[in-house]
Amino acid sequence: MADGTPRPRAVLGDAVWGVRAYGFIVAMWVRSTMAYRASFAMMLAANFATTFLDFAAIMIMFSQVDALGGFTLPEVAFLYGTSCVAFGLSDLLLGTAERVGRRVRDGTMDVLLTRPVPVLSQLAADRFALRRLGRIIQGSLVLGWAVLRLDLDWTPGRVALLFSMVLSGAAIFGCVFVLGGAFQFWAQDASEVQNAFTYGGTTLLQYPPTVFGKELVRGVTFVVPLAFVNWLPALRLLGRDDPLGLPGGLDFASPAVALLCCAVTGLVWRAGLRAYRSTGS
Amino acid sequence: MSDGDGEFIDVRELTKTFTVRRKTGLLRRTATQVHAVDGISFALRRGEMVGFIGPNGAGKSTTIKMLTGILTPTDGSLRVAGVDPWQERTRLVRRIGVVFGQRTTLWWDLPLRDSYGLVRRMYRIPRARFEENLARCVELLELGDLLDVPVRQLSLGQRMRGDITAALLHDPDVLYLDEPTIGLDVVSKARVRRFLVALNAELGTTVLLTTHDLSDIEHLCKRVVVIDHGRLVYDGLLSGLHEVGRGERTLVVDLERELPPIEGIPGARTVRTEGPRQWLAFPASASAAPLVSQLAADYPLVDLSLREPAIEDVIARMYAG
Ligand SMILES: Nc1ncnc2c1ncn2[C@@H]1O[C@H](COP(=O)(O)OP(=O)(O)OP(=O)(O)O)[C@@H](O)[C@H]1O
Ligand SMILES: [Mg+2]
Repeated sequence: MADGTPRPRAVLGDAVWGVRAYGFIVAMWVRSTMAYRASFAMMLAANFATTFLDFAAIMIMFSQVDALGGFTLPEVAFLYGTSCVAFGLSDLLLGTAERVGRRVRDGTMDVLLTRPVPVLSQLAADRFALRRLGRIIQGSLVLGWAVLRLDLDWTPGRVALLFSMVLSGAAIFGCVFVLGGAFQFWAQDASEVQNAFTYGGTTLLQYPPTVFGKELVRGVTFVVPLAFVNWLPALRLLGRDDPLGLPGGLDFASPAVALLCCAVTGLVWRAGLRAYRSTGS
Repeated sequence: MSDGDGEFIDVRELTKTFTVRRKTGLLRRTATQVHAVDGISFALRRGEMVGFIGPNGAGKSTTIKMLTGILTPTDGSLRVAGVDPWQERTRLVRRIGVVFGQRTTLWWDLPLRDSYGLVRRMYRIPRARFEENLARCVELLELGDLLDVPVRQLSLGQRMRGDITAALLHDPDVLYLDEPTIGLDVVSKARVRRFLVALNAELGTTVLLTTHDLSDIEHLCKRVVVIDHGRLVYDGLLSGLHEVGRGERTLVVDLERELPPIEGIPGARTVRTEGPRQWLAFPASASAAPLVSQLAADYPLVDLSLREPAIEDVIARMYAG
């Protein structure tokens, strides 16, 4: 890779190599985790249980009320499940990309730069934590239950919208993780801010947009496009109007928004790495 | 690929300036410039083993980071194997090995064997080549019993040997060692030195090494590059350091009986007397032969011995000057 002026073919080649390298580093960590199966099973169960507490809280609320912001329990469960699975996927695959600050502080960022593998691949694959599957399994179960209870007409188009929404959502959350990491090249303690967007974001999206103020909803639509993770497409699937009254076409825009996020994130990441290589701190 | 048979590593007017911002008041921050590397030039031929020394903060690690492509130079030019390390980092790192004595390049939680497996895949080392190189390092660095131990359980010396192995599995053309013997005991040091000598002699690997242990340099390098405050202060043979550093050799003279301090020998002065024994200092660059013949003519000699100046003293004088 030419770090200076990249040519398109070289960039594509780098990306393919980066993904492959990510794959074999992850495989190594999974193999090493699996050497202690019992301990892994316990960690997985713990992850499942702690992430399920969020849904338990929602169920407790519904024991007092029949609707939340006008949404029934299965509808909220649908939002919860999609947010949870999308976030869980990004957390599993890219969650460790935020360890930039620590790496810079303890000097191991230099070590990553001495290897012929993109830094992001090494960072994201490092100590790959398969136990994070717990959240994904838990979210999928809740989502499955919601789908069964909702009595929607699952045409192929709607199924496709559901899948594209979860995958785009995972990509958008992934971008937030990587962006959060990239900003730490400039401000090494930025991870708190980023947690607000990732962990805070997924919790937000587990509730209907109608329970929040319009300003907040506008913010997560246009500033940090979290509304595209599930709110906009999910409202369409549930046959509801969004509180901002946005054009209906945006309900299908999640993949495009995700792609845009990836492009911006890629640029910011490169800039961050370049800044590190010139300041060394 | 041609590297140019001449200079394998070519550093010209290399400069790295860091801007350090410090809080100097409630809201005020002042930026100061740290000239970590301040216009140094040197060149290494393929297969050379060179010591890179200087006091703390001289800019050694910063230079090595620029040579490996981790840091971008502020100014000057830099070529390793004909390419610019900063521009073509990922291409170049396949051809270099780096060991940071201060921190490991291994994976803390993985056994050495798994770490090496990852290195194999990252550098795309052919299996046979990998096995051969690993076997060689394991034998010479005596790592056999340690391959299945997680890195975090290794002692410092064991880890360092593990790190050196990791840096060599892909047959690098050049090996940068930043304080590879820091914290090692005498036995480990000797083992690492023997290994490096063999590596350089048998595989022709170019080696650039920094250390604060000057006996490393004496064992390993004919040539040294000395920097201080980011500037080059010496580049040449280790033996030549004595002249530059105003090193002095000492002639220990045993006379037949106690005599007043020896006088009248040009270029030499008596620095100490103890009964019939006297110590004469003379410049390291001068030959001892005329001195000895003059002494033998003028004084009743019983015995003579020659002491070389301690390299530590020479270097210390250089840093101070
Ligand atoms: N990232 C950085 N930001 C600001 N200043 C730095 C940075 N890295 C190094 N320096 C400064 O640059 C100078 C040279 O540091 P360097 O680490 O290269 O020295 P060194 O010769 O390796 O010293 P030592 O023998 O102690 O390892 C020092 O004054 C150091 O404080
Ligand atoms: Mg140093």
